[in-house]
Amino acid sequence: MQKSILGALAVSTVLSPVAAIAQTEVQFWHAFTGRLGELVAAQVEEFNASQSDYVVVQSHKGNYSETLNSGIAAFRAGEQPHILMVFEVGTATMMSAKGATRPVFEVMAGSGAAFDPNAYIGAVKGYYTTTEGEMLSLPFNSSTPVLWVNRDAFEAAGVDPDTDLSTWQKVGETLDALKAGGSQCPLVTAWQSWIHLENFSAYHDVPFASQDNGFAGLDTELMLNGEAQVAHLTAMGEWAKDGKFIYTGRRNEGGANFRSGECALFTESSAGYAGIKAEAEFDFDVRPLPYWEGVGNGPQNTIIGGASLWVMEGHEDAEYAGVGEFLSFLSSSDVQAKWHQDTGYLPITAEAGEATRAAGFYEDNPGTDIAVIQMTANEPTANSKGLRLGSFDQIRGIIDEELEAIWAGDKTAQEAMDSAKERGDALLRRFESANN
Amino acid sequence: MEKRVKFRGWLLPILLIAPQVVISAVFFFYPAGQAIWQSLFIPDPFGLSMQYVGLGNFEFLLSDKFYRASFATTAVFSILVTLCSMIPALFLAVVADRLIKGSGVYRTLLIWPYAVAPAVAGVLWLFMFNTRVGVVSWYLGQLGYDWNHVLNGTEAMGLVVVASAWGRISYNFLFFFAALQAVPKSVIEAAAIDGAHFWRRFWTIVLPLLSPTTFFLLVVNIVYSFFETFGVIHTITGGGPQQATTILVYKVYSDGFVSQDLGSSSAQSVILLIVVGLLTILQFKFIEKRVHY
Repeated sequence: MQKSILGALAVSTVLSPVAAIAQTEVQFWHAFTGRLGELVAAQVEEFNASQSDYVVVQSHKGNYSETLNSGIAAFRAGEQPHILMVFEVGTATMMSAKGATRPVFEVMAGSGAAFDPNAYIGAVKGYYTTTEGEMLSLPFNSSTPVLWVNRDAFEAAGVDPDTDLSTWQKVGETLDALKAGGSQCPLVTAWQSWIHLENFSAYHDVPFASQDNGFAGLDTELMLNGEAQVAHLTAMGEWAKDGKFIYTGRRNEGGANFRSGECALFTESSAGYAGIKAEAEFDFDVRPLPYWEGVGNGPQNTIIGGASLWVMEGHEDAEYAGVGEFLSFLSSSDVQAKWHQDTGYLPITAEAGEATRAAGFYEDNPGTDIAVIQMTANEPTANSKGLRLGSFDQIRGIIDEELEAIWAGDKTAQEAMDSAKERGDALLRRFESANN
Repeated sequence: MEKRVKFRGWLLPILLIAPQVVISAVFFFYPAGQAIWQSLFIPDPFGLSMQYVGLGNFEFLLSDKFYRASFATTAVFSILVTLCSMIPALFLAVVADRLIKGSGVYRTLLIWPYAVAPAVAGVLWLFMFNTRVGVVSWYLGQLGYDWNHVLNGTEAMGLVVVASAWGRISYNFLFFFAALQAVPKSVIEAAAIDGAHFWRRFWTIVLPLLSPTTFFLLVVNIVYSFFETFGVIHTITGGGPQQATTILVYKVYSDGFVSQDLGSSSAQSVILLIVVGLLTILQFKFIEKRVHY
């Protein structure tokens, strides 16, 4: 009862500007709709109800790209929010925008709110900290790719659904068996560049780009045309030609094919959990992302996708204190554990992961901890800390085009990746000259 | 000869053209000037710093073989969209013009697609041709044809052309229909009495009399296919596969507003400005000469 009154108070406070005058207002722009949007709104309401000094006002600004672009346009017009959600691809853009953003470690130090950068999972933290270990943006929603299995489709094709799928060698044999058993769609993927190149490289501990994948400097060059990557893409290209790997598009179009029960295997983000659980009318399970036995140093650890929260420059000190309080609230163990369990995103602090395990969530929902284990199995190396490349959204577009050329049989994997490197490097040089 | 009105003094003429000049200055010359200025720099997205590169942006663009290819893509796309939207429209207008009863109903039904926004039209066509769940691609599969516009550039081009031309047929239909109604019946009847059959009358009388409308529609449709189709392309192919459907305007949009590369985007706008200017001059110089008013 008391909770609902508090909740109602919080809502009325957000809605009435008059009541908000006494409190310091903090603007928070994010990219979530639907269920995720509701969960973010609930977090904000809970924070507003928990104290009386600050009011966080959350607004949805479109998808990831649109949210980043709104933030940039708003900054140019001097109307920027305090907190902006930026997807991991935009990280280098934000990092280079010195003067537009205020690093999170500074905000936290200034606000005096509780903050321990070491509480975060290494692979998550690594993506958003400098090489000196200073946290620039607060990890918010992070996921990592895993392998989803449609057990019913395996049985329909006469393949044992418990078969070992830990390596790509074994997956290759399974694809043969699935195809022979009449499967029309043995393997489908989402986010091909993120899973089959970026994560692939980190997972096998081979570089994706020079200068520690861009962490050590802007003078970085792509190295995605290495032996390991080309071998993987050559195998994928063969599978595509034989109808064992079905290409459906650059984003997560493949999700529809998997959730409808058409496809047997699906490489997709761990955050695909909510959608698959809601829609799949078949028996499914989750496996770790496969690796090539004997290639590189795999399995190392996978890297994250998702978004982090950036604090924008140009506001009052009192407002930054409120930002600090809010960010501290978001990274608290309870909030994180609930977020992880509701969405399938990773718990960004080790403590939140422990709390989830202690509550018995992983026993009730088998497989939901695979992503966490896969990310935290090893201490990240220079190749598996993450990626920090300028114009990365464009580079991903180039990679997508070149991958499509492989799937269509127009180019060999080596030709396609050489071309991706050449074209991507040209953009990296532009980014370097724009930010020097 | 043309009639000319002579004004005494210069104040009134200037006053009369002032609104148009002001509007052009604010909405055309100022932004165009900005684009030319910005095309000489590589700015960072936040507007914090700008790096002067001279003609570097143009060099970068023109050395990119995908950018050069997008000129050809744009030409193919515009020609196809213009043809695919004008020929069926003319056919439908001629047929509807011959109707004695119920032409009002046909007219209304034929105009409907025009009310559908390009992006929405794109989504509609995308659903029908979706490689896995689309109705049309399923039927094609039954016929033994494996439709996959996600990987096949020719199919992707065909799909965006059809989706762009579809709504446009309505618009063109309206103009052709109105123009057909204005063709004097007496001329046609005279030709009929002389023994000219329908197609001969159409080729030698109706079509020449339609030429001002056809020319107007040609210009308008080319402009449409250049500038207003990017909603369709964005929703159906996103410019892919392998940039097979990346037309010049779509690249301006995606480089500028998605990738935040404002320098390259401005340089592309300048190039586009020149291309469209040249095209318009060409159209008025050569094609308009053959138009009978």
